[in-house]
Amino acid sequence: MDPDKAKMAEHFINAIPHCKALNMRLTDIGAGKAEMELPYDANIVGDPETGVLHGGAVSALMDTCCGAAAMCHPSSPSGTATIDLRIDYMRAATPGQNIRTKAECYNITRSVAFVRATAFDDDESRPVATATGAFTVQRK
Amino acid sequence: MPRSRPEPVQVVKQRRDAAMSALVHGVPYINFLGIEFERRGDELTAILPFDEKLIGNPLLPAIHGGVTAGFLETTAVIGLAWSGLWDDIESGRISMESLTEGHLPRLPKTIDFTVDYLRSGLPRDAYARARVNRSGRRYASVHVEAWQDQRNVLFAQATGHFLMPVKDD
Repeated sequence: MDPDKAKMAEHFINAIPHCKALNMRLTDIGAGKAEMELPYDANIVGDPETGVLHGGAVSALMDTCCGAAAMCHPSSPSGTATIDLRIDYMRAATPGQNIRTKAECYNITRSVAFVRATAFDDDESRPVATATGAFTVQRK
Repeated sequence: MPRSRPEPVQVVKQRRDAAMSALVHGVPYINFLGIEFERRGDELTAILPFDEKLIGNPLLPAIHGGVTAGFLETTAVIGLAWSGLWDDIESGRISMESLTEGHLPRLPKTIDFTVDYLRSGLPRDAYARARVNRSGRRYASVHVEAWQDQRNVLFAQATGHFLMPVKDD
């Protein structure tokens, strides 16, 4: 991928206030692909008895990562917005572990980018969640 | 048959509000987003007061899609838990003492959640209400609607499926 575009995507994501509030990091970005990480934080726990992170924080990570994958697709001019996003929760994330997600824009038309993503904790063999979504493609 | 004398209104309200508060304020993520619930009888409205840290697109600016998803999921889970707890709260089977001591009832677990983004979330307060379409012994299906300035102009809606907590009795 064009290094300028990758730099721009990274800059754009680091400027998102909600991502900063959750301390999300973009760990890799390429043509139609992105990887991000969400550090474990007691403030975003959804189940106080077990310490498992809330689904909303996982949603925010996967939505951002899918958007980044859509934006950095070679056929995408620039910005994007979520049309719809479905998240399937496979299992509870292990308390204390960071969540990593990989998103791929597997198809893009002039108007819509189709993206899927998988989220893991330290055990990469068992996904925590998967997501599929449709994103807008801004006109030039 | 003579009916028993109804409880004083403040006793009823105090018990319901204590249960609601324990349910909501015990979850760190709900406090992190700043979500509050308003109760009228058994009807709940979730409120997400606007804050800078909720922004996902600083250029527009617009609320982050993940915040919208988290807000709607919270509304669905609390709405579902609340409708299941209502009888226990009314009958006093769940005591106020145990709730305020932090003995929270187990919350339903999300199986899947689909958010339909209808328009961008503006930098102002948002509201949401959940409707439990089906709640069985094991599974439940819940629909949620969210709006900002006008009740009939939705900015997002969602449907989710949930696994119900196992009842002890």
